[in-house]
Amino acid sequence: MPRGFDPPTGWTPDQPLVAIDDVHKSFGEVEVLKGVSLSVRRGEVACIIGPSGSGKSTLIRCVNALVPFQKGSIKVLGIEVNDPHLDKLRLRKHVGMVFQQYNLFPHRTALENVMMAPVQVLKRLRAEAEAEAYALLKKVRLEGKEHAYPGEMSGGQQQRVAIARSLAMHPELMLFDEVTAALDPETVKEVLVAIRQLAEEGMTCILVTHEMGFAREVGNHVYFTDRGVIVEHGPPAEFFAAPRDPRTQAFLSQIL
Amino acid sequence: MTDRVLPVILPLPKALRRDASSSRLCLSLWHAIALAAFVALTAMAADAATGQPTRASVLVVLARWSPLLLRGFGFNILISLMAMAIGTALGVFLGLGLVSPRRPVHALSWVLTEFFRNAPWLVLLFFMIYMLPFRIQIGPLSIALPDWVKAVIGLGLPVMANVAEIMRGAVQSIHPGQWEAAESLGFTRNQQLWQIVLPQCLKRMIPPWMNLYAILAMGTTLASIVGVNDVVTLAGQVQAAEGGRTDLLAPLYGYVLLLFFIYSYPIALLTQRLERRYAVHI
Amino acid sequence: MHGIAIWFRHLYETTGINLTIAYDPFDRARFLDGFLVTLELSAITIIGSIVVGVIGAWLQGARLVWTRRIVQVYIQLFRNTPPLVQMFFFYFGLSSLLPTIKNSFGMQEPPVSGFAWACISLIFFAGAFNVEIFRSGIEAIPSSTIEAAEALGYTRLQTYLNVVLPLAMRVCLPALTNNLVNLIKTTTLAYAIAVPELLYVSNQIWSDSVNVPVMMVVLFIIYTALVGLLVAAMKAWERALHRPGLGT
Repeated sequence: MPRGFDPPTGWTPDQPLVAIDDVHKSFGEVEVLKGVSLSVRRGEVACIIGPSGSGKSTLIRCVNALVPFQKGSIKVLGIEVNDPHLDKLRLRKHVGMVFQQYNLFPHRTALENVMMAPVQVLKRLRAEAEAEAYALLKKVRLEGKEHAYPGEMSGGQQQRVAIARSLAMHPELMLFDEVTAALDPETVKEVLVAIRQLAEEGMTCILVTHEMGFAREVGNHVYFTDRGVIVEHGPPAEFFAAPRDPRTQAFLSQIL
Repeated sequence: MTDRVLPVILPLPKALRRDASSSRLCLSLWHAIALAAFVALTAMAADAATGQPTRASVLVVLARWSPLLLRGFGFNILISLMAMAIGTALGVFLGLGLVSPRRPVHALSWVLTEFFRNAPWLVLLFFMIYMLPFRIQIGPLSIALPDWVKAVIGLGLPVMANVAEIMRGAVQSIHPGQWEAAESLGFTRNQQLWQIVLPQCLKRMIPPWMNLYAILAMGTTLASIVGVNDVVTLAGQVQAAEGGRTDLLAPLYGYVLLLFFIYSYPIALLTQRLERRYAVHI
Repeated sequence: MHGIAIWFRHLYETTGINLTIAYDPFDRARFLDGFLVTLELSAITIIGSIVVGVIGAWLQGARLVWTRRIVQVYIQLFRNTPPLVQMFFFYFGLSSLLPTIKNSFGMQEPPVSGFAWACISLIFFAGAFNVEIFRSGIEAIPSSTIEAAEALGYTRLQTYLNVVLPLAMRVCLPALTNNLVNLIKTTTLAYAIAVPELLYVSNQIWSDSVNVPVMMVVLFIIYTALVGLLVAAMKAWERALHRPGLGT
């Protein structure tokens, strides 16, 4: 088990790490999630695919409480996200997130971006956090870029810094929100390689993605969402080979 | 599939974006009520503190002297309007000098602009009061220069510099392609300025110009320091006329604040609205 | 020093340019005192108004609608009323409502000095503008950057101090510089409540020595220099905050 892992509230590895149960979410009049349920076990890579506006980004934002939802339950390591008295910090220590727009802090170097939260949020020792930040940047193959500012890096490099920044918190779960959608085609690969490496190391991941090939290859389970519901799901081999629902079929035929 | 686009992947939902702008415009009434209540409260507190029933209550005093104070306030407005007119007229010329391609003209305009922009208004006022003669002779015509006229001039000069700066900023905000396009069409430099660039600038200059006016209106109170009988001076005189009651000071100055607020706040709101409408999108 | 004094006395006798502050020790001393008071007044109000701006902008992002409204009322009140009357209101109005205290000579005196009231009113006045300036800087930050900080477990205050404020600062420095320049110029208002700052002592000097034009020129030069110094400092700060790919 990774360092610093303290399973809260009696969670045991035989339970799902993420349990999403009948989640409803609306922005004003518009209902975006209409009863979504899924569960992700430890070490599993879940891929969520679907057309724009189907609610998939909102769903993973609900998982780390960036977006509140009205009905249903999400349990991450046994922590109920829909609890009004939720300790968000406790949740977010366990859940890392990588965004479509990288969202690095542009006034800090790559190294500082990675070590900021461990020092300021987890109150870890500076020297320790710094050593680990170097190691993490090396891991995402950004050696030598430690002191570059985000403005001096390509999209793919920034996105890898963002991945390292999340890993520095020692999360149990990583959320990836269309992390390659804003990248140039030639840099997509380097980011996917980094994510694949994580998956192979056994990191639990939820990926919202448009990269079907990647989902098929790396994912353990694929979910197809449309208009706020999960239309179909299954292991990638089955899912991509023989989609049953006409909506899934239509979507896949458009993409592939 | 695309028949209905759900606005779900907006970067951040409205609920999370704690934006103060929504509460900005609808507050005018609240402000006035709060201020009025404030004046009344200080009045009552002052009454309670002294506790002498023989003296007129503060509100009665304020009501009694209101006509005088309002006349004084009108004088402030008059000064502000005149200074604005003079400052704008001169500022346009200075602004033309600032955007002039001729070096000496530009340099001279720049020095004047920077000087009058950086000098404290109060120092400029003192300067005018002391340095201008009390009467000027133009041929057979003899014009008296009372203090308030000197104050108008003293306030007009910084306005001039700021108007010039507003003009320069507006001209610079016009895309250089406009000049080039006009030049390639055979417009002379003057035609480019007057027929292509300045008409586009005019709208952009209005909000900062109004903002400047609001600042000037506040600045007219400085005239009281150099001996002009404006509303601030009158407020002091009212207090003296009431026997120097110190409990009157807070309500009296609160009243003056209220007058200025009622005058200036609508201007500020309008400026803000125009700013948004004319916002430069490049 | 002595030689300079003689030269300036000679200058007066030959040209009529009476720079008493250069050769008369008494005038020089009070002029220097006034200059120091202006410096002090400027430094205190600049720092104070920035603090008010930072706190105000933070409160404007508060969840409670009433907190935001109160900040908004404060801003609009102080932006739309004359700073001179604000100062009078504080100095004459509020101070007359406060109880007096006995000083070391056994005399009754107000608990807050004129200098302090000048600082307080100028800080409130310039602070109101600073809140608006910082707010506009904060609005320029992409909300997704703030979301990223939240996802890393930052609290709202931590996000504000470590991410929002440093980024907003870079956006709004030019506007802040403008406002602080105005603040330095506005410190002259303390003259009106008899705070012995530069304009006040200059007025005393020109009343005694009848050298208004000379003192006026001196004042203009000093205020121009002060403003120039502040602008240079702010420019240096701007350069120090510069990051590749951020701003201009």
